[in-house]
Order: sequence, then structure tokens, then C-alpha cells
Amino acid sequence: MRQNFIPPTINFNPNLRPNAWDLAALPLVLGILWLLAFGGMQMSTPYNIGDALTVSSDPLDLPYYLLRSFLRMAAGLAASLTFSIVYATLAAKSKYAEKILIPILDVLQSIPILGFLSITVTGFIALFPGNLMGVECAAIFAIFTSQAWNMTFSLYQSLRTIPHDLNEAAAMYRLSAWQKFWRLELPFATPPLIWNMMMSVSGGWFFVVASEAITVSGQTIMLPGIGSYISRAITDKNLAGIGWAITAMLVGILIYDQLFFRPLVAWADKFKFESIPGEELPTSWLLTYMQRTKLMRHIGAAPGLLWEISLPLFRRRHDGLGRPVHKARTLPWFDKAWNAFLALIAAYALLRLADFLKTSIGWEEVLHVFLLGLATAARVLILIAIASLIWVPIGVWIGLRPKLAQTVQPIAQFMAAFPANLMFPVAVILIQHFNASVEIWTSPLMILGTQWYILFNVIAGAMAIPTDMKDVGGNFGLKGWVRWKRLILPSVFSSYVTGAITASGGSWNASIVSEMVSWGDTTLMATGVGAYIADATAKGDFPRIWLGCCMLSMFVILFNRLLWRRLYRLAEERWRID
Amino acid sequence: MNNVTPPADLLINLTGVRKAFRAPDRSERTVLEGVNFKLAQGEIVSLLGKSGSGKSTLLRIIAGLIKANGGEVLYRDKTINGPVKGIAMVFQSFALFPWLTVQQNVELGLEAQAVPADERVKRALKVIEVIGLGGFESAYPRELSGGMRQRVGFARALVMEPDVLLMDEPFSALDVLTAETLRGDLLELWQERQIPTKGILFVSHNIEEAVTMSDRVLIFSSDPGRVKAEIPVNLPHPRDTESPAFKAIVDEIYAIMTQQPQRAAGTPAEPLSLGYRLPEATPHRIEGMMETLAEEFNNGKADIPALAEQLELPDDTLFQLLEAGRLLGFISVEHGDVALLPAGHIYVESTDAKRKELFAEHLVHHISLATHIRRILDERRDHRAPEDRFLQELQDYLTDDEAERVLDQVINWGRYAEIFEYDYNSGFLSLPEEEEEKKEEAPPAPPPPPPPAASDAAPSA
Repeated sequence: MRQNFIPPTINFNPNLRPNAWDLAALPLVLGILWLLAFGGMQMSTPYNIGDALTVSSDPLDLPYYLLRSFLRMAAGLAASLTFSIVYATLAAKSKYAEKILIPILDVLQSIPILGFLSITVTGFIALFPGNLMGVECAAIFAIFTSQAWNMTFSLYQSLRTIPHDLNEAAAMYRLSAWQKFWRLELPFATPPLIWNMMMSVSGGWFFVVASEAITVSGQTIMLPGIGSYISRAITDKNLAGIGWAITAMLVGILIYDQLFFRPLVAWADKFKFESIPGEELPTSWLLTYMQRTKLMRHIGAAPGLLWEISLPLFRRRHDGLGRPVHKARTLPWFDKAWNAFLALIAAYALLRLADFLKTSIGWEEVLHVFLLGLATAARVLILIAIASLIWVPIGVWIGLRPKLAQTVQPIAQFMAAFPANLMFPVAVILIQHFNASVEIWTSPLMILGTQWYILFNVIAGAMAIPTDMKDVGGNFGLKGWVRWKRLILPSVFSSYVTGAITASGGSWNASIVSEMVSWGDTTLMATGVGAYIADATAKGDFPRIWLGCCMLSMFVILFNRLLWRRLYRLAEERWRID
Repeated sequence: MNNVTPPADLLINLTGVRKAFRAPDRSERTVLEGVNFKLAQGEIVSLLGKSGSGKSTLLRIIAGLIKANGGEVLYRDKTINGPVKGIAMVFQSFALFPWLTVQQNVELGLEAQAVPADERVKRALKVIEVIGLGGFESAYPRELSGGMRQRVGFARALVMEPDVLLMDEPFSALDVLTAETLRGDLLELWQERQIPTKGILFVSHNIEEAVTMSDRVLIFSSDPGRVKAEIPVNLPHPRDTESPAFKAIVDEIYAIMTQQPQRAAGTPAEPLSLGYRLPEATPHRIEGMMETLAEEFNNGKADIPALAEQLELPDDTLFQLLEAGRLLGFISVEHGDVALLPAGHIYVESTDAKRKELFAEHLVHHISLATHIRRILDERRDHRAPEDRFLQELQDYLTDDEAERVLDQVINWGRYAEIFEYDYNSGFLSLPEEEEEKKEEAPPAPPPPPPPAASDAAPSA
């Protein structure tokens, strides 16, 4: 089983310096969000779906609920895949589209997903009156947003970094755009895409759980699923129910891992561009079984047939000897006009937003939310620092022992996938029991689920230290702090940064559900922007939901630019093992 | 085949072809200028030249992957505007699709033309047999060795039954034995007419390979690229690399490739321009070459092919070495012969410490860029300068990539000669510390005199 799970791409805009488009994208995206919020605000009440939907607290209903949750995840995944193929292809092929699409994607990546949920749920409900579909759509949309941006970025980057000689070969043998996409571009992009998909799904369980019980405008709407089961158990103070739910989740993730994740990763290995001979290849018992059965092979032939049919329809009919194809030379004024147009819209959005802020909410509150954001930021930083101090040494220790690493890696990944919000009620009970300070002790909840990213990335980094470097260390008697400073830390630095970036992003998201936690009728609230958003959502106060989300996004963007990207760049330039 | 073949039924005909690359806000860099070239039926032609002489660009213009900025590019009297049905290409890095089997890779071009499946399979399997990959149809490229992968590349090209086969350094990624085998197999297929290809054009960096295979060898000059010379090779196949006729042709080619532009005797040579494209050669290798000349040859004089054999270096590397040694004033290269100059003899006979001094002396006297850097560092009060400053100056002469490369090369030499220091992290050049201290004590010295006119003239980039 492949142990090395360092993700093949970090989803960053390749240009480190913020350019004009990033500035334009921010107001644009925030403006669109505001429109949605405004639309939601116009609804007098969210549509009542007849009887409040009851969610059973019988453990025997759990398998069914698990299935519903899984289906939601699958629907979100399908939507993400379609979206990313369309969006990434457009951005990669069209210069004009790229200018604005990529900065928008950048901003979208930073917006808290649960923030999306709060804003869009009433909109979706209004789309499907008298039906639960609206709420389902909102939940699926939330899941979609947790996966789509990562996958799109990955696909976009792959499309832009196709090896030059393969591109030339495709041109020489006159593959049409359609053929090239299916024969060259998509296969090349598949390994990182699948990796990103799997990572997103792992992180997605958290949002599935969080989005199934939505409290909007004082009403709780619950979809059948594990998340709502837990929500009900929380209100009923049903500790046993929580226990059952956790067990069911464990089983569920195990099933997903064996029947979906591993076979897919093993299959994607076929598309890997560079393979090191003798590298341990990922295997999956399911994939091997499927590849051997006749039935599966017959089913596998069906796409081949479709492909054959499409060939004559989409081939390149003209030779290079035909009339020269005059590439429409881009008129210089069109470029400028496009830029001006985008700038205008961005400026307009910015003005309207500022106006709205001034009238609906007032600058004082904006300042207040900013301070809340600082509080949450402080928490995130401190927690990441503590988690690093704990898990980096442990991760390195494990990573330097390959046998141990092989057993621990899957466990760490599993822990990362397990939705930490299932554990929150336990935390509330403990806090109440010990009368502990809410401010301090709700904080670990934020990092509970995301610290594992640091762990398994560092393990992978330590495993990847070249043997000869370790030998040199031994040969020269490198011990203790010197060994750490000179050999180990520089080697694992870039893996650490990868893990830390993911952990930090996840923690920001988690702040919305962890700064305000409840058990029964007790609700604990810490000071922070996450609590602000959660509170506003419960009250249905759209302008404040929107304000909170904007503030959160800006903090994430600032963090990313000022801290993480610089660290990553440092890792790439100074401490890369070439 | 046509019944009536017009007088020159040329496959490829290039007249006055010109190609220039334009950097965003800098001037154009002309890569090819006034290239005339013909490929007739039944011949194999090779293109030789130093790196950067535009050979690969020319190949890609013929392939239809790049458009020329001027001149005519004709295939069978029709203009080439894009990849053409009758022309196929084999790549240096094989360019196989890793997720397709050998058979699927070979069928790629046929599939793109929507050739029906059964015909595709039949033709592909036939070519796979002919090229020597029988039994490996369902293997993936990762399972194959380098030589086998290139065979797949050939099969993929030949299954299209092209008139013209273009090859971009097809054997340079293979080890010597595999390359020889593959070359032999290709020649066999060509001569026994087992492939319908009518003409082959290939780019090579290996002079012996070019003479073994081709009927005509074209030698390119660089900056801008144009055909410097054309050597017909009329030897019968199979060609013996040890035969005097073979060696004579190889000798001639070496001589042409290392030829310096003539200048009237007695005129002082101009100093090198700042933007001269310095050759890639490490000081240790230059030293090694001089030692070999001194020890293995009489009077430090040698025939270039003989030196090549001694050093066992690829031709391209050797040319860079010779250029470096010549620029620094340690060797002379004339008419296909290398000779150690007196300065070179002195260098070889000195101790290590003295050698560094000599190297530094020659570097500062002959390489303008090194002199320039040193002077700037001397003049500045803190004796430090960022590399960007010099990069920008170089960018007036060269493309960005080339400017970086040249700066890296001069830093490499400068550090070895210890005439300045470089900090990778901050990107600063500075004077070596002991010298800095000396400068603190002594009053600033007047700027050194301009470099003496002992360097050869060379065309600037």
C-alpha cells in the first residue's frame, strides 16, 4: 500500500504576487454573496415543510441514515467533478477567461464553507417550495463547495503543465481538441485530481455532518442523515446515541475507504507520468478482483465503444497543407476593453458593498467583527503552533521507522477523515463538568480534526528523506539538536508546510461550529468570528452572516498570502531535496 | 508513385527561411536567417551544429509546429501551415503516453484519423513486428527500457506511412550500445525498403552518428542560425568508423565546427562584448582538458577528433570546453587542431595555488563580464552588488533565460578564481573578505585599465 501521501500539487495560484485581478475578484465574489444574502433576506420566513421532519433516535435507523449521508456526498462529488472539468478547461484554454476565473477561484477557496451554507439555504428552499429538495440541495451545495475549488485548481494546474513533448506529439499526429482532451490532458491530470478528490472527500465528512441539521431563522430543518441524528441526540442529551453514531461513522468511513478510496487511487496509478521502478505501488483487493472478473471487463468495454463512435465525428479534417488558418489576431483594444470592463464591475461592487455596510450595519460593528476575527486568528495560530510542537517530533519519529509508519499512516488518514464535530458534545459535557473557561477550552475543538494533516504529512516527509542523507547523519555522529537542525527539520519542512496549510484552512472552517457548541439547552460561546457567524445564522440575520463570512474570508486570504505561501516558497527554494 | 516526376520532386524545400523570437518588451532575437534547404527523395540528411544554433527550431518549422517569420516552407510544392499528413516525427524524449499500451501508442495517429478499428490493429501489429517489438503489444511504457521505448516512437511514426521522417536527436537519450543497435536497425529498414518513407531528416549532436547515417551533413552556425557548410557523404554502407575516408570526413566536420571567423592578420582583436554567450564549462574540466593535452600529446598539440577520443566526452560538451579554453587564452583552435598556448603550458606546470592565480588573471583579462563585475564591486563602498543589477544589464543583450545562464557561468568561474563571492540566498555578489579588509586599509585604487586586446573577436549575441 502506498505510504507516500504527499499531495502532488499545492493548489496555489502560481503567481505569488497579488495582481490587480486578485483585488478585483474579492469585491466581485463578495458582491455575489451579498446578492444571495439579500435575496434570502427578502423571504419573510423560510418555507415550512409541513410537519417538522422528525429524525429518529433509534440506532437501528443508522444504516439508512448513513446511506443518505453517503448519497449526499456522492452527489456533491459528481457536481464538483463536472464543475471542475468545465471551469478548469475554460480557464486553461482561454486567456481572457483565465484572467478573472483564477482569482475568483482563489477567493472562493478561502470562503468558509459553512458560511456558504448559511447564506444559500433559504435561497435553495425557495427554489423548491413544499419539498425537502431545497434543503437537500443546500447540503449538497455545501459539500460541493468543500471539494470543487481544490479539484478545479488541481485540474487547471495539470492542464497548464502538460509536458511539452507530449503536446508536440499530439500536434504532430493531428489529434483534434476533443481527442487530445481525452487521450492526453485528462489522463495526465487524473492522478493529482483523484488525490485531491479523495482528500476533499475525507475532509468532506465534516461538512456532511454539519450541514444536515440547519438552523435558519430560529427553525431547525433536519435532513435524514448521520448529522441530524447527532443533532437530535445533542438536543435530547442522548449520550448513548452519540456513541452509536460515532460507531456508525467509523464503519462508514471504513467501507468508503476500502470500496472507493483505495481502488480509485490504485487505478489512478496507471496514469502516473513518472514512475520510479521498484516503487511500491498502491494495491486494492477490490480493484484486483474487478480487473479479473469477466463481467467487469465487459462493462469496461462500453466506454470504449462510445469513444470509437466519437472519433470520426470529432477528428481534424484538414491537413497542414490547407489554407493557412488565420489565428484571429487579438485586437489590442479588446484586451484593454476587457480589463476596463472587469475593473468597472469590481469598482461598482466595491462601492455598493461599502454603502451597504454603512447603512445596514454600521462601521462600528464592522470594527467589532474585525476584532473578533483577530481573536479567532490568534486561536488558530496558537493552536497550529501547539499542534506542530506535539506532532512534528512524533511524526518524524514514526516516519524514520518505516515498518511503524506503514501501520500508522492509514490510521492518521482515517483520523483526518473522521468528522470531529461528532466529538463536540463530549467536549461540552466536560467543560460544563469542570467549569472550565469557555474561551480557552473550546479552542482545541478547532484543531481536533485538522491536526492529523500535520501528522501524516510530516510522517510522509520523514519517510521521504533519502537514505543516503540519513546514512551521512549516522556516519558523522549527528545527534540531538544538531541533527534536528541540520538534517531533519530542513528535510521535512515542505511537507510540514503542506500539512500546516491544510490544517490551518480546516481550522478556520471549523471555527464556525466550534466556537459555539451546545449540549441540550446549554450553549457555550467563545469570542470569535466563528461564533458570530453561527449566532447570526441561528437568528437568521443575513447582513451579519454575510459580514462575518467576509471578515473570515479576508483573514484567511491574508493568512494565506502573508504567511503560508511565503513559507511554502521558502521551502521550495531553500530546502528542496533535488 | 507518380509517373511523371518533375525535375526536382523535392519532398521539402525551404527558401530564405527566417525565424525570430520576440521577448515581451525587448528586441527580437533572430534564431534562423536565410536558411535554404532541400530534401529530395531517397536521401538521409542530418543537421549538426552547436546548441542554440536553431536546428531544432528548423525541424519544428518543417514539422509544422512553429511558423516561420519569413521565407517559404514547402512540402511537395505546397506551403506547410501546420502538421502535415506525410510528415511524422520521432522525439528525443520518446514522448510516449504512459497510460497507453505499446499498441495503443502506435495506433495514436491512426485513431486520430478515425481509421476503422480492425484496419488500425492490423497495421499497428505489422509495424510492431517490423520494428522488433513483437510480443510487447500490451506492455506499458514504464515496463520498457529506453531503447524499446524509442522503438515504440519509431513504430508510431512509421505506421502513418509518412513520406518524410523527422527525428530530433532520436538516439541521444540512449546508451551507446542501444543507440548503435537502433541506428543499424533503422538503416537496414531504410535500405531494404521495408518502410515506405522516402526521406529522413534528423538533428544530431554526435558527429560520428551523423556521418554513419547520412548522405548529406549540414552544419549550422549560431547567432543567427544559417547553413554554414554542406558535406556530402558518399561512402558505401555499411560504413566503417575506422576507415580513413570516414575519419577524413569527421575531421573536416570538426574543423568547420570549431572554425573562428577570419580577421585580417595584425588587426587587434576587439574585446568581448558584455553579453557574449559564455560556453558551459567548469574550471575543473578545462583544467582536465589542458592536462590531457600536455600529458597525452606531443607539445600539447592534438587533432580534435583524437582529443575527443581521449576525453570521451560528448561532442557538444567538448566544443564548449574548447571554446572556454580558447576564450581564456590557454589554447588555440585552428583548422581542426588544438594547441596549448605558452600560457597553458605554464598553467599545467604550476602548483594548485599558482594555478588559481593564473586562472584569475586570465579571467579578468579576457572575459569582459568578469572584469565588469569586479570593477563595479571595487567601486562600490560596501563592495557588494545584487545579481539583479547585472542580470538587467545582460538582458539588454540576451533573452532572460540566456542572461541567467551566462551570469551563472561567470559566477561559477569567478568563485573558482576567488575574484568575487556569491551568496545564493540573498543573491549578492561581493569581494572576497580578505580583499575587502585590504581595501579598508589602503586608499581606493584607481580603476583597473581596460582589458588588453589579447582576446579574440567574437560575434556578440
